[in-house]
Amino acid sequence: MKFLRNIFDNAHAKLNKSEKTKKFFPLVDSLDTLVFTPNHTTQKGAHIRDAIDLKRTMMFVILAMIPCLLFGIYNAGHWHYHALGEAGGYMDNFMSKLGMGAWYVIPIIAVSYAVGLGVEFIFAIKNGHAVQEGFLVSGMLIPLIMPVDVPLWMVAVATIFAVVIGKEVFGGTGMNIINVALTARAFLFFAHPTSMTGDNTWVAGIKEMKESGTLVPGPDGFSGATSLGELAGAKAKYAEAAIAASKGKAESVVNGLIEKGDAMATKATSMMDSFWGFEVGSVGETSAFAALLGAAFLLWVGIASWKIMLSFFVGGLSIAGLLYAMGGNPFYEVDPIQQLMYGGFMFGMVFMITDPVTAAQTGTGKFFYGFIGGALGILIRMANPAYPEGVMLGILIANVCAPTIDHMVIRANVKRRMKRLKTA
Amino acid sequence: MSKSIKIRKGLDVNLIGEADKVIADAQRSQFYAIKPADFHNTVPKMVVKVGEKVKAGSPVFKDKYNMDVNFVSPVSGTISDIVRGEKRRILSVLIEADATDEYETFDVSNVGSLDTAGAKAFLMNAGLWPFIKMRPLDIIAKPEDTPKAIFISGFDSNPLAPDYDFTLHGKGKEMQAGIDILSKLTTGKVHLTTRSANPDDALKGVTGCQQNKITGPHPSGNVGVQIHHIDPINKGEVVWVVNAQDVAIIGATALTGKYVPKRLIALTGETAKNRKYYRTLIGTTVKSVVDNNIEGENNRIISGNVLTGEKVEMDDYIGFYHSQITVIPEGNEYKFFLTKGWLGLGFGRFSASHAYPSWMSKSKKFNVDTNLNGEERSYVVTEQYEKVFPFDIYPVQLVKAAITNDIDNMEKLGIYEVAPEDFALCELICTSKVQSQEHIRTGLDLIQKECM
Repeated sequence: MKFLRNIFDNAHAKLNKSEKTKKFFPLVDSLDTLVFTPNHTTQKGAHIRDAIDLKRTMMFVILAMIPCLLFGIYNAGHWHYHALGEAGGYMDNFMSKLGMGAWYVIPIIAVSYAVGLGVEFIFAIKNGHAVQEGFLVSGMLIPLIMPVDVPLWMVAVATIFAVVIGKEVFGGTGMNIINVALTARAFLFFAHPTSMTGDNTWVAGIKEMKESGTLVPGPDGFSGATSLGELAGAKAKYAEAAIAASKGKAESVVNGLIEKGDAMATKATSMMDSFWGFEVGSVGETSAFAALLGAAFLLWVGIASWKIMLSFFVGGLSIAGLLYAMGGNPFYEVDPIQQLMYGGFMFGMVFMITDPVTAAQTGTGKFFYGFIGGALGILIRMANPAYPEGVMLGILIANVCAPTIDHMVIRANVKRRMKRLKTA
Repeated sequence: MSKSIKIRKGLDVNLIGEADKVIADAQRSQFYAIKPADFHNTVPKMVVKVGEKVKAGSPVFKDKYNMDVNFVSPVSGTISDIVRGEKRRILSVLIEADATDEYETFDVSNVGSLDTAGAKAFLMNAGLWPFIKMRPLDIIAKPEDTPKAIFISGFDSNPLAPDYDFTLHGKGKEMQAGIDILSKLTTGKVHLTTRSANPDDALKGVTGCQQNKITGPHPSGNVGVQIHHIDPINKGEVVWVVNAQDVAIIGATALTGKYVPKRLIALTGETAKNRKYYRTLIGTTVKSVVDNNIEGENNRIISGNVLTGEKVEMDDYIGFYHSQITVIPEGNEYKFFLTKGWLGLGFGRFSASHAYPSWMSKSKKFNVDTNLNGEERSYVVTEQYEKVFPFDIYPVQLVKAAITNDIDNMEKLGIYEVAPEDFALCELICTSKVQSQEHIRTGLDLIQKECM
């Protein structure tokens, strides 16, 4: 330890020698404070302080993401081999699946961290402040919500956009209005939709496979689309059928469309498979189980809010249940619980909607905030014809609503106090 | 009609180093001091010069904006120095003590029959007024105000705090006399709030006041919490508060006509030796209590408790309102992140957060140092302050309003009900290490300047 300490002390001493190098202080300081909790003592106010700090808080969130990350790496490898017709059972070729998954996922993580921290350092040097820890979590979240086949340059561009426009322009960590990682995803979603949706992006290397003809659809007619993609397709076919019927087309045409829709719907994964995560999707989002492991950890250490998670789940469940009761097409008729296991809902519930900076800050507000996020997410997913997944948008809209929700809650508190004055 | 309150929010900070319930005499200090800084926002106007003789109870300075309020000498002796700082601000007035005290005598023959104005005049003349503080603002009470109530907290729930049941034992008569004179000052009630099921007779036996009970963790002993739950302050209202031990001093003066500011100072903290209650006078040196009672070299001496106290050195003087000295190790060392630092397992490290395992052993007593355990950051974690803040007030929002000098929002969010000490626990547990007590103090100063 002494040895390491000396290195940092020397580095600080060297930097302090000239005015020119002084501005690089945040660089060394960030590394230093990462390795050593600094020797700062309390100067004002309470003389003792809790052992908790932002670094530990953020690191615990990253720890909570590890199950999702590991499963995501395996899953990326599994579907890569599945598309080549070489996957076999889930546990067959386990190591090569992990290896192949890592080959595709690790670079995304590396690019996300390198680019994001690079931007953070530039802002830290420019503004002369220490690098705050916010991006430690965002940098891991971004790869987990990207399709595995996304080009790396897109990850870089999206990360820069998210850190600069999503966070730094508002004043950095703790000041942003909307979730940084989702900003990155939303940027790509609208700027490069073909790389973020459809059936050519969820499996590592699928584009090359389709071009070279090595893709093996297999007996299940695997297309490379997510369960939600298939279900949305089925819903679209049903809509077409309804239009055709209203135009007085032949019954065979209408039935043909409905059959096509049913065929697509059968490609959606089963409840258990989507709970464990054996389906295609963004890297870390597929396994509800892994997300729930993370949730258990975050709730145990008290870092994420159970209020938000619960209300988010209830919000999603109520809309899924409502549309289930309406029925009318295979998408709506998915069991509500299963509906929530698909896509990014569970991952969003654990890691996205709970981001304390962009969430509502008041206890009461958190219930409204979570509910709005979950309900809108599922509503956009199921009712909107354009986007097969709506959780991202639901959470972003909830982020935007959060300050207003807090404002209402606090106004109620203020009113209570004013009332006391009048009765007194 | 007494009230019984139960609070759930809060946190008892269990530290190693309680004082044994034994009384020892502190050595008589050569010098005693009165420090204007102890009386927040009071501008002193000297009435003595260096070299002048004073008795115990003789005025040393007055409040410049209220010349009736005397700040008096705790001992008889000679004014030896007026220490000044920047812009000639008076930092402290030193009195070289005589071997034995001579006392100024105050007329107490008709104390029982005084009216409000008479009682005020007596308290101000005898140097007892500074013991009375006001809410809002947490400063010395303004004599021209008429408080809607007077609150006395019958216990101190701060970490390692002195036990009032012990320090006030046998002072029933003084307590009663103190409450009698205080009750003349208000049109409302005098509230005395205690915690334990069976408080000492000195507290239990007094009459002429409303006896309330409060249960729950710290800050249940903070008088602000008690006011909030018993008779909350609205804009425009004023409540006065007096520490129970100071009520006894007021009472003693009213009984004897002499100002004898006796204090039992609890010497506490992990690195303090001979942790006892030391009998001494207000204004004594830190040394007179702490000398030879410290283990190790690298320590912080705190006049008061670890949450709201003031950092002092051996040659400094104990704060006017303090009845406790805490000695804990300084934490000015680097901590490697995996062992003792931010990512260590952290068994035995004090934390209210569940991110450290220590929350599972609730009754364990912790050793702590003064390390900040991190760096100051923007607010990230939410609903953290609320867990230790038993007010119907949004604490983070209030701190933010104070930081941004937003008077309008501070008023709306309840600045009139809080004092910096109420935010001490918030500051303690803050992940982002925000100095909330200081922010609230600045906010209150702004309110005083602009609105009062």
